[in-house]
Amino acid sequence: MLCTNVVKSTMLLRQTFHNIYMTYKLFTLLICLSFLTACKQDAHLYKIEAKQINVTDSLEIDEDIESFIKPYRVQINKNLDSVISYAKETYSKSDGEYNTAIGNLMVDAVYEQCNPIFKSRTNRDIDFVLLNHGGIRAIISEGNITTRTAYEVMPFENAVVVAKLKGEQVKELISYLVTEKRAHPIAKLNLVIDKDDQLYSATINDKPIDYNSTYYVATNDYLYNGGDRMNFFKTNDSLYVLDYKIRNVLIDYFSKTDTIAPKQDNRFIKIK
Amino acid sequence: MKRRDFIQQTAAAASLVSLGGLGLTSFTSKPKKITILHTNDVHSHIDPFGPDDGRNPNKGGVARRASLIKNIRQENPNTLLLDAGDIFQGTPYFNYYGGELEFKLMSMLKYDLATIGNHDFDNGIDGLYAQLPHAKFDFVSANYDFSNTILDTHVKPYKTFIRDGIKVGVFGLGIQLHGLVDNNLYKETKYLDPTETAQDMSRILKENEQCDLIICLSHLGYNYKHLPDKISDLKLAETTKNIDLFIGGHTHTFLKKPTVVKNIENKNTLVNQVGCYGINLGKIDFYFDIDKNKSANGTSIIV
Repeated sequence: MLCTNVVKSTMLLRQTFHNIYMTYKLFTLLICLSFLTACKQDAHLYKIEAKQINVTDSLEIDEDIESFIKPYRVQINKNLDSVISYAKETYSKSDGEYNTAIGNLMVDAVYEQCNPIFKSRTNRDIDFVLLNHGGIRAIISEGNITTRTAYEVMPFENAVVVAKLKGEQVKELISYLVTEKRAHPIAKLNLVIDKDDQLYSATINDKPIDYNSTYYVATNDYLYNGGDRMNFFKTNDSLYVLDYKIRNVLIDYFSKTDTIAPKQDNRFIKIK
Repeated sequence: MKRRDFIQQTAAAASLVSLGGLGLTSFTSKPKKITILHTNDVHSHIDPFGPDDGRNPNKGGVARRASLIKNIRQENPNTLLLDAGDIFQGTPYFNYYGGELEFKLMSMLKYDLATIGNHDFDNGIDGLYAQLPHAKFDFVSANYDFSNTILDTHVKPYKTFIRDGIKVGVFGLGIQLHGLVDNNLYKETKYLDPTETAQDMSRILKENEQCDLIICLSHLGYNYKHLPDKISDLKLAETTKNIDLFIGGHTHTFLKKPTVVKNIENKNTLVNQVGCYGINLGKIDFYFDIDKNKSANGTSIIV
C-alpha cells in the first residue's frame, strides 16, 4: 500500500538522524568515562513544576529587539494607519450562536461589492454568499476603523469566487450548515432549524428554494477548494474568479461607509 | 498572582528495587533542573496589543517576551525554548514581509526548536522554504512526510539536546492538512497517523536515543469536544507512553494550568498550551536527581 512506502521513507530519514546521534553518543561516552560515577547512574525525574507567565506591560522591553522591529513597523504603519471608517460597537465572532454581526457584515460586504462586478461580467446576480466562521480572524473594536482592521479581520489572501451550484449541491450545502451548528456567515440565504436541530425552513432571496434550479454562490477560493470540509463546491463545473481579495472587499466597503453598525439578525436561527 | 497548587504523586514501584543497591548510594549530587519555555500560535503578533484593543489590551509583544526569556535563561542556563507552530499569519507583518521578521526575531530570542502549524503553509510550502534561511533554529515534524517537496531534508522528525548532562528529545506533530489548507499550498506533503508516529517516536527517543526527558511538540489541537474521533493532544497523551510533556497549539486554548493525563501505562503526563498571540509564556521546570536513594519517591507534579 501507498502508506507503507511513506512509512519506509520516514523510517529511512529517522535512521539517518539516528546514525548521526549514535556517533555523537560515542563521543559523549568517551568524555563520560572520566566521570565514571556520574555516567553510570540514570537521571531520575523527581519533580515537575509548571506555570504560565503572562506577557504584560509590567515586563521590561528588550531594547535590542525593539530597535530591530522599529524600521519594519514604521514602514507598515505608514500604509495602514489611515482611518477609513468607524465602528459603533465592538464586534466579535463569538457574539452569537448561528449568526453574528461581524459575520453578517462580511458576507453583506461581499454581496454589495461583488454583485455589480459579477453582473457586469455575466449579466446575472449572485444568489447568495457563504463564508466560514473560522475565517473571521479578529474582532472589530469600537472606534476608528483603519486599513489595519481589515488586515486583522482578514489576514489571508483569499479571494472571492462565484460557483454555479445545482440544486442537489445547495441541498448538501444547507445540510452542512445545519449539522455544523456554527455561525458560518451567510447572506441572501435564510435558514431556520427546529429545536431538534433539523431544518425547519430555507429560503434564497426570500423565495422558497427550487432544487431543480441552479444558484450562483459567492464564496472564497479556500472554501471552494474544500476548506472547512465544504465539499459540496467540488462537483461544480462553472466557476467565476473575480480576482477580488476578501480583505480588499472589506477595505473598499469600509472606505465608502462612514459608520458600520452591523446587527445579529434572523438569517440563521434555531427555534427555541 | 495566586496559583492553586496541587501535588500528584506517582508511585514508582520499579525504582524501589534499586533502593540501597550496588553501594553507589553513598554518592550524592546536586539535582539538575531543565526549564522548558514554550509558545504556540503567536500568529505574527510582534507588537503588543494596543491599549484600546477590545479583548487583549496591552498584552503580548516580542520585545517584552525577550526580556522575560533573557531573565529566565540567566536564572537557569539549562533552558530550552520551543514553539508549537502557527508562527505565521495574523498581522500585516506577515502580509508585508512573508515571515522574515518572525523568524529573525525568534532567532534573536534564541528559540531552540519549532514545529509546523497549518498557517505556516499560508504562503505555500515554497513561501515557508524561502524564509528558512532567516531561522537559526530547527523545525521538527515526525508525521509530515516532505520527501516529495522542497522541504525534503530541511525538517527533521525529532531533535535531541543535552543540557547539564540530561538528554532531552523533542519530536514534532502536525495536523491533517487536507480540508484545512489549500492543497496548492502544501503540495505533496503527506500526513501520517499522529498516534502511530508518536508511539514510534517515543520508542526511538526512549530506547535508541536513551533520552531522560521526552517532549511532543504538537499542532494537533488540545481537544475537540464536538468531534470525539478527531485526534487531539489529550487523546494522544492517553494512548502513548514515555512522553513527559505534550506542548500543544492550533486550538488557541487558554488553560489555567497544564492538564495532568494518565497515559496508556497509567502514568501521569502533562499536556499544556498557552493560548495564542504571545500573550503567555509556558514555563515547565523538570528536576532530575541522579542519586538513586531519592528515586524511590516517584515524581511530584506541581501545577
